Amino acid sequence: MDLAIVGISVLWLFLFGYIIIASIDFGAGFFSAYSELAHTKHILHHIIQRYLSPVWEVTNVFLVFFFVGIVGFFPSTAFYYGTALLVPVSISIILLAIRGSYYAFQTYGAKDSKVYIFLYGLAGLLIPASLSIVLTISEGGFVEMVNDAPKLMYGELFFSPLTWSIVMLSVVSVLYISATFLTAYADVAKDDKARGLLRKYALAWSGPTILSAGLIIMQLQQHNAEHFQNIMDIWWVFALSFVFFIVTVVLLWVKKYYSLAFWSLIIQFALAFFGYGASHYPYLLYPYLTIYDGFTNDAMATALIIAFIAGFALLIPSLFLLARLFLFNKRYVRGEKRRY
Amino acid sequence: MWEYDPVFFSRTLTGLTLAFHIIYATIGVGVPLMIAIAQWIGIKKNDEHYILLARRWTRGFVITVAVGVVTGTAIGLQLSLLWPNFMELAGHVISLPLFMETFAFFFEAIFLGIYLYTWDRFENQKKHMLLLIPVAIGASFSAFFITMVNSFMNTPQGFDIVNGALVNVDPIAAMFNPATPTKVAHVLTTAYMTSAFILASIAAFHLLKGRNHIYHKKSLYLMMKVGLIFSIATVIVGDFSGKFLAEYQPEKLAAAEWHFETEEKAPLKMFGWLDDDGEVQGAIEIPFALSILAHSDPTSEVIGLNEFPEDERPPLIVHYFFDIMVSIGVWLTLISLLYWFAIGQGWRFVQKKFFNFLLVLTGPLAIIAIEMGWFYAEFGRQPWILRGFMKTPEGATTAGYVDTMLLLFVGLYIVLGTASVIVLRKMFKKNPVEKELADHARERGEW
Repeated sequence: MDLAIVGISVLWLFLFGYIIIASIDFGAGFFSAYSELAHTKHILHHIIQRYLSPVWEVTNVFLVFFFVGIVGFFPSTAFYYGTALLVPVSISIILLAIRGSYYAFQTYGAKDSKVYIFLYGLAGLLIPASLSIVLTISEGGFVEMVNDAPKLMYGELFFSPLTWSIVMLSVVSVLYISATFLTAYADVAKDDKARGLLRKYALAWSGPTILSAGLIIMQLQQHNAEHFQNIMDIWWVFALSFVFFIVTVVLLWVKKYYSLAFWSLIIQFALAFFGYGASHYPYLLYPYLTIYDGFTNDAMATALIIAFIAGFALLIPSLFLLARLFLFNKRYVRGEKRRY
Repeated sequence: MWEYDPVFFSRTLTGLTLAFHIIYATIGVGVPLMIAIAQWIGIKKNDEHYILLARRWTRGFVITVAVGVVTGTAIGLQLSLLWPNFMELAGHVISLPLFMETFAFFFEAIFLGIYLYTWDRFENQKKHMLLLIPVAIGASFSAFFITMVNSFMNTPQGFDIVNGALVNVDPIAAMFNPATPTKVAHVLTTAYMTSAFILASIAAFHLLKGRNHIYHKKSLYLMMKVGLIFSIATVIVGDFSGKFLAEYQPEKLAAAEWHFETEEKAPLKMFGWLDDDGEVQGAIEIPFALSILAHSDPTSEVIGLNEFPEDERPPLIVHYFFDIMVSIGVWLTLISLLYWFAIGQGWRFVQKKFFNFLLVLTGPLAIIAIEMGWFYAEFGRQPWILRGFMKTPEGATTAGYVDTMLLLFVGLYIVLGTASVIVLRKMFKKNPVEKELADHARERGEW
């Protein structure tokens, strides 16, 4: 099989992993802040903290993994995206830095500060918005070549409806994914109050999520006809994704099988995300860079794939251990402090 | 006003990020080992003071890790943002260690999370101790791999350039380039040494303030011993590094020593300054020492800076970075040696205030030495970003607003630096060791 496709598929899988766990994380930060405002902190605080504490650092690594991997497999992305995205990505870094470090400062060091909690919640929504710019510019039309160097057209980017549709999708889906996960988590914890509240949030954000996703497909028809056509060619993937969306909403609605609802949400997003990725093929940055002209040499590609396999052999059992200790351990989730 | 020059601003921003990151990164590499040592001694001696030491260090460690992680993410992305042309070229050869660094870091992050949240889950301290091993291994391996990348930039190999195109790439040869052994060894030993001295200075600080709890004394004894071992290792590795430079990067060594003419029986010049004619004034000269450092032979020939074209010479300021680094290294070795010798002999003066004060200074001094060492290594390979292949301006971004980004990041690092210090101080002030020991005793029902 084509090494370039193997490379991009694995990276895409990692980006998907990041999107899911980062969404849970960012959304949880937002709900924490909101609960302060809505005087529901006593209901949500413990459940959110218990989940976030052991995983905050791991979440960040998923992102590092993706961008180190993409530069490794496709060094030309460093040239195109690196040059064009200096400003938006620097802003994301600053937001990530403040959010990541302050989580630790707050949890392990200082006492509760309301100002901080609001900033934390807000940063959690701004990060997906600023990172999603990368997806927008990959569609083409926002980068021009000046003296053989890519240059981001800030005006076009800022005033494009496509930009704002993607930003909107990233923000609302963060809230939707997070609320659904936390509903299931609260269910395992047998925390009825938290579960009830989070279930309402999940239902409330499900509509905007599916609407903004539809809006993007419509925008693409205008913006990048070739990509739109590719999406239409595999319309059934997106149709199937919609079916799983309905399954999740129905399960939430009837207050049953919360874990199943979350897995159905994962499948919904996975189908849409991989469908989107496949329809983007073969472009990394339309129309300048494809996965083939940006690909690294064969020797490095082979070495990277071997490293991938060896790395995963180490990581998967470790991640499994982490999940078993903190996510799927009913006694931990319920907050029981017993020795075992 | 300054003219907008993306190369200058890219260099400044990268330098700033790294200078800030390495403080936390060094702690991140060294402290897990110290925690593991303390935990192990605690188990072996069945002494709860050492277990508590491990726990309290870990709590502080989380704060430094957080800053290390986010600034590490920043530099990871800045490599592509500020040096896109360099990354496009070097990415073809050196992505493998960069990538493996992420794996090592991932591994560490997972087990650190588990270690932190299982204090009360394991009856058996040994089981809990096992979790520390992957943390310490992951931390050291990420330093190992990332230093390989830096070594490659100093002595690139593992590829050929034919008609401007990269061919015959050999990732393994690129990883194990001539600079790798000495650089990796130097980075690891100095990280362990620095962390040991930082923890020793915390203990010394408590003793200086008159908190004479045996806990602080145990901490100081242990960390001075570990610090001594690693500072001796550092001196040995430093000597190898000098020999490596003489062979592979003679211009870097010559610039550090202000050694202009190629000559035999070369003396080592310490400190001093350059007058208007470029003559060295006021330096302390140690005859033959440079020849010994370079080739282990007092009569050997050492290549001078004049052999290199003017536009390929490093800036002469690196002399001071080198001198400060070496002086601090020697000082730390001597003081820890003296401390241990005096303890063995039962000499009381090492427990006096003035000596405690000197011990308080060891940690900050070690950090300064780390900074100086990196300044020397990085300025010393100017004007190259990829020695012999790509000059720094060719690798830099052409994008606008690098100056504005520099200001933003200056702000970020000020905020992170201040906040981390405030949080760390608060953490330990609120919960002194006496209180924590009493709490533990009460929990066990001894009260």
